Amino acid sequence: MDKRAAFRSWWLPSLFALPQIILILLFFYWPAVAVLRWAFTLEPPFGGAAEFVGLANFQEVFADPLYWNSVGVSLAFALCGTVATIFIGLVLALAVDRQLPGSGPFRFLYILPYAIAGPAAGMAFRFILSPERGLMASVNAVFPEFWNPAKYGSHALILVIVVFAWKWAGYTFIFLLAGLQSVPRSLIEAAAMDGSGPVRRAVDIQIPMLAPTLFFLLVIMMTEGFVGADTYGIVDRTTEGGPNHGTDVMVYRIVEEAFRGLNYSGASAQSLVLIGLIMIFTFIQFRYIERQVHYK
Amino acid sequence: MIQRTPFANALTYGVMIFGFLLLIGPFIVIVSGASQTIQQVNAIPFSFLPQDRLLENMGVAWARANLGTAMLNSFVMASLVTAGKVALSALTAFAIVFFRTPLKGFFFWMVFITLMLPLEVRVVPTYAVAADLFQPVRLLISAVTGFEVSVDWNLLNSYAGLTLPLIATATGTFLYRQFYLTLPDELAEAARMDGSGAIRFFIDMLLPLSRTNMLALTTIMFVYGWNQYLWPLLMVTDPQYKTTMMSLAALLPAEDGTPDWNVTLAGSLIIMLPPLIVVAVLQRWFVRGLVATEK
Repeated sequence: MDKRAAFRSWWLPSLFALPQIILILLFFYWPAVAVLRWAFTLEPPFGGAAEFVGLANFQEVFADPLYWNSVGVSLAFALCGTVATIFIGLVLALAVDRQLPGSGPFRFLYILPYAIAGPAAGMAFRFILSPERGLMASVNAVFPEFWNPAKYGSHALILVIVVFAWKWAGYTFIFLLAGLQSVPRSLIEAAAMDGSGPVRRAVDIQIPMLAPTLFFLLVIMMTEGFVGADTYGIVDRTTEGGPNHGTDVMVYRIVEEAFRGLNYSGASAQSLVLIGLIMIFTFIQFRYIERQVHYK
Repeated sequence: MIQRTPFANALTYGVMIFGFLLLIGPFIVIVSGASQTIQQVNAIPFSFLPQDRLLENMGVAWARANLGTAMLNSFVMASLVTAGKVALSALTAFAIVFFRTPLKGFFFWMVFITLMLPLEVRVVPTYAVAADLFQPVRLLISAVTGFEVSVDWNLLNSYAGLTLPLIATATGTFLYRQFYLTLPDELAEAARMDGSGAIRFFIDMLLPLSRTNMLALTTIMFVYGWNQYLWPLLMVTDPQYKTTMMSLAALLPAEDGTPDWNVTLAGSLIIMLPPLIVVAVLQRWFVRGLVATEK
């Protein structure tokens, strides 16, 4: 992927890249090295130099049932969030892509929730899906205790997943609509000539041809669910990890452990596990993209 | 289309309206709740009808959470992050694409790997760097020369601290890189033949050509900057530098206090508006930027 006519200089590009490289070194690599160092060392409680403890921090983390709880919660959050956003985005994209009269405004509107910050959306949904007021109170009035995210961990988990799905459905919608529009029109028309209806065409032609987009979104949304900036914000502003660790996702636990528990070594060990996970996701995504997109 | 499909058409409209209720419904609840009195907002069943107290509730929320300062700070922060990202990523991508230097791959991978280091997993040490910016430099100097130098500069409670760590961006760099790669080779060749150097080529040709990319990047980065949550939470202890996302906590009714959710919703609405306006008004650019950065 080299440009043929490139400029020849070694100091000029270095100068151009320098500001960004300095920021990256300071705020990404230096901290990353610190995470690595802390994960394998332990500060003595009464001061003194940190001592190397090998894998002890990891052993301690893996022996903690609360850690495995957070892994399970994160997995449930990311999986349900991913499936929900992709499903909603797909159904809406298929509908809007039919370009019936009047579908223009919908296409415009569906993207709007994506502008909202996760924590702000979380605050609003605390009201909308509150057990005592908002929309669910009427249901609770008929079936008492049907819905109470302040009391039941599973309800709280559903609540944060709903916030996540609400915000990100518009995002998958954009990509899936773009994908649908690149399905050759002639293919759809040929199928229509053969007598297949819109649903049949969606199932047999459009969705299979969307496979690359769907796969791409799957990886993106899983990454977002595990480590996205929204995940922390939503949980912190909606349920604060509770009740009883029911929404204690991995990133929330890391930040809590580091800043409230001041357990840097444990938090760093957990961070390393998560970084490993992101590396796998990024690797899959990048391999796939390099194969799909051909520059020029 | 060549078919008449009345049933499928009805289904399509049904799906679209259902999607509308699902995705826009919450906005309707927020707006109507924010315009009601405290009795109305707590009523069961909830009434979707907007009332006339929207501005009043917004006023109360504005004063309670000190939103004037917070909105200004968020605006400054989002603008600085946007400007920094748009400028720095253009420069870095230029260095990566248009030069033949062995450092090129090094720069690319340096930027690429940052994708795998989200803030949440390196939050404590990043905070440590911001609290003591020259710590790495000091350690380096004392390791090399054996001298202890005492310079320090902390970024806590400052716009620099709020923005600098967020400015380095892989996605922005890749957006430009991808755009630069689609430009024909002849462009740079012709510029060189006419005797233009790299800097002149960058300023006179590349920048004007990337105008649409810059606009797309500006919209997504502004929304990104405005919606930052965790970083300001750590960086700022001084109320003077509070951002809107931190004011959210002040808006929540106390557990056993007055449940004035109308004020909470009105305040959240104010905080949601700026990015919402950007996405609504500049949607074309926003969508373009979104699709392009992820490729």
